[in-house]
Amino acid sequence: MGPMSGGSAPVVFAAEVGKEVVSASGWFLTNAWLIPALPAASFLIILFFGKRLPGGGAPVGIAAVASSLVLSLLAAGQWIGSVNRAGEAAVEPVVSSWTWWVSGGVSFTMGTLTDGLAVTLIFVVGVVSLLVHVYSTDYVSGDTRYTHFFAFLSLFTASMLFFVLSENTIQMILGWEMVGVCSFVLIGHWWEEKANSNAALKAFLTNRVGDIGLLIGMSILFFTAGTFSVVGINTLAASGSLAHGALLAAALCLLAAVMSKSGQFFLHTWLPDAMAGPTPVSALIHAATMVVAGVYMVARLYPVFFEGLAIAGSSVNVLALMGGITTLVGASLAFVQSDIKRVLAYSTISQLGYMVLALGVGAWTAAVFHLFTHAFFKACLFLGSGSVSHAVHSFDMKKDMGGLRKHMPHTFRTFVIASVALAGLPPLAGFWSKDEILAGTGGWGVFGGTGGNGAYTAVLFMGMLTAALTAAYMTRCVYLTFYGSYRGHGHPHESGRRITIPLWILAVFAVGAGWTNLPKGFQIVPKSWTERFGHYVEPRAVEGGYFPVIEHAVPSWTLAAVSTLVVLVGAGAAFYYYFVKVKASDRTSTELPSGLTSRFRLARLFHLLLRRKYYLDHLYTDVLAKGTAGPVARGAYWINQHGIDEVVNEAGRKAVAAGRVLYDKVDQKVIDGVVNASGAASHGAGEEIRRLQTGKVQQYAGVMFVAAALIAVVLILVL
Amino acid sequence: MWLNQFLVLSAVLFAIGVYGVLARRNGVLVLMSIELILNAVNINLVAFGSWISSVSGEVFALFVITVAAAEVGVGLAILLLLYRNRRSVDVHDVDMMKG
Repeated sequence: MGPMSGGSAPVVFAAEVGKEVVSASGWFLTNAWLIPALPAASFLIILFFGKRLPGGGAPVGIAAVASSLVLSLLAAGQWIGSVNRAGEAAVEPVVSSWTWWVSGGVSFTMGTLTDGLAVTLIFVVGVVSLLVHVYSTDYVSGDTRYTHFFAFLSLFTASMLFFVLSENTIQMILGWEMVGVCSFVLIGHWWEEKANSNAALKAFLTNRVGDIGLLIGMSILFFTAGTFSVVGINTLAASGSLAHGALLAAALCLLAAVMSKSGQFFLHTWLPDAMAGPTPVSALIHAATMVVAGVYMVARLYPVFFEGLAIAGSSVNVLALMGGITTLVGASLAFVQSDIKRVLAYSTISQLGYMVLALGVGAWTAAVFHLFTHAFFKACLFLGSGSVSHAVHSFDMKKDMGGLRKHMPHTFRTFVIASVALAGLPPLAGFWSKDEILAGTGGWGVFGGTGGNGAYTAVLFMGMLTAALTAAYMTRCVYLTFYGSYRGHGHPHESGRRITIPLWILAVFAVGAGWTNLPKGFQIVPKSWTERFGHYVEPRAVEGGYFPVIEHAVPSWTLAAVSTLVVLVGAGAAFYYYFVKVKASDRTSTELPSGLTSRFRLARLFHLLLRRKYYLDHLYTDVLAKGTAGPVARGAYWINQHGIDEVVNEAGRKAVAAGRVLYDKVDQKVIDGVVNASGAASHGAGEEIRRLQTGKVQQYAGVMFVAAALIAVVLILVL
Repeated sequence: MWLNQFLVLSAVLFAIGVYGVLARRNGVLVLMSIELILNAVNINLVAFGSWISSVSGEVFALFVITVAAAEVGVGLAILLLLYRNRRSVDVHDVDMMKG
């Protein structure tokens, strides 16, 4: 469509700049409130009448979410139409709001804000939630709280949609908290087991820590900008008229919220525990709702972070660093897990770190694009792991899985497709989004690229290393689950169609979702096919607009080749270790016991520091601790390990050891220690305060009267 | 207009009421003391209303009387159930909310 053809949209010229601003229009954009309202209604219907409805209320939930998805698609269509009509002009977001209440001259509104970002998210939430609903009808069938489960699945979806479409910050806080409550309910769905209810509590309480940051950050934003409106705050922040210090303070407070909600280092500990919930819930939490809320919040209020953290022209900032550390921590921890869902959970932490990293370096579109592609393949992986556990009644890869590819062909194929997408091999989805993030760091002059907001070289290498680790741990996961010989009990069988069809749909997305944003330099396809996602989703920066001026990096073939090579090295190392060495030694084993002992003798000869350890775990810690202490000895060791397999195995062991130390020492001791200490402190405070609660009504009344008298005295003296 | 007399009367009533609420152990007497406090407030409302020649004070007092009636209804119902269960209306006996 040509510029302004069929343009019924009113044209507004922005102040000072010749660049036009066009309002988007469309019934589905202005009436987007219907999208969260439908699942919310379904929640009430299922909650009150679910038991009497056919199918325990599940069809109501499915119908509501499906209708929401249809509305989202129509809204997306109208948004795309508006952008097409606007041509080169920037498109204003569609805001519809109603006054909720007025207090002290400030009016609190409720409403929807639809633009490319919001439309993307409601589409993702709709697709994943619908598939999770369908999947759940099989997965949790026969559960005692089947109806209850579907009611809260609906509410979870509604909360996330409500949050995504937030027009003001108050609404964002509300949606944010509602998502938190729903995750608490669903993680603790099987609360009869203490571990599950503990996990739910841990998730909820850890999130409360970040919520304080959210409240303070949003308050700072209100008092700085004088408005709750998202567009208003963004416009003021982007124009540079707000005090930098205030924006910095707000950004840092909001970071605490991101840390807890999106599982960033060091408040990520709740996320692996949240695996206690039913698998469809894990898929929903990790792919579309809950954990992406933090990333979305940063993307939504991006000018605040962009200006507050001074992202442009820098080489490091707290957001990029937090993402970088998280992505490495998550990826290394994924190595030592034997629970398939925990591997995926740490992988989610790692990928969320990627998104935060991207936002930190100013690669906004790349972050949102990665959120988009990640949702599909991660949902596919989670639902795939659920399908596997459905068959073998366990999540333990080492004890109860192995060799499942023959028994579960559909699960196997979709799982491998999603794993490759996650690892980031072309042409699957993860490759495009991951590469765009790496390009966006701008710290890759060596690889022949241009553009970017700064030179975030350190962050680039963190991302590269993670890419290799990701490929390696997913290879390990696929081997342990689907290859070798079956180690569990009974005869596993493929899941039913209500499980495999959602898997295949997600697998298709995992393949194709990346093609929506092919890089500009990709000469194989016509130029008009490239960067479609960025074109429709990223707001164009104009004077007086609600989006900051960010530099776009131009990806190069060299970078793509290097990152693909890195992924192949990671995958190849793990492939060699598991598919060749381990498989050759013993089809039922999961490690290399005999291989280690033979190397152990070599180590004893050339590597005195390795000598005393006879157990695998000890060996792991020894390799890491002593290896770094004695680089000379390590060098001698390496020289004597002729042949590629030793190098590969060494690297694998180091990574595993590093991960284990990180998990045992940092994750379990330091971070859990801090969390437990804060728990103990509040427990102690509770003990003290408990004494005030005597149960004597008249003492309470006495306190009340004295307090009232004191207040009266103060009022008299002051007024 | 003599405002002070009313205010003194109201203050005395209020003080008696507070004493009753804090010191009496019989639940019925505590409720009656609360009535005294509320009526002290009513006197204040009417007195000030008449002082500024406005009916709003009387209107407010009527509302307070209505709410007080509802409150005493609930309170007596609670006391009645308490008596049935415990054979006592001593407010010191009901300290099960002790932390």
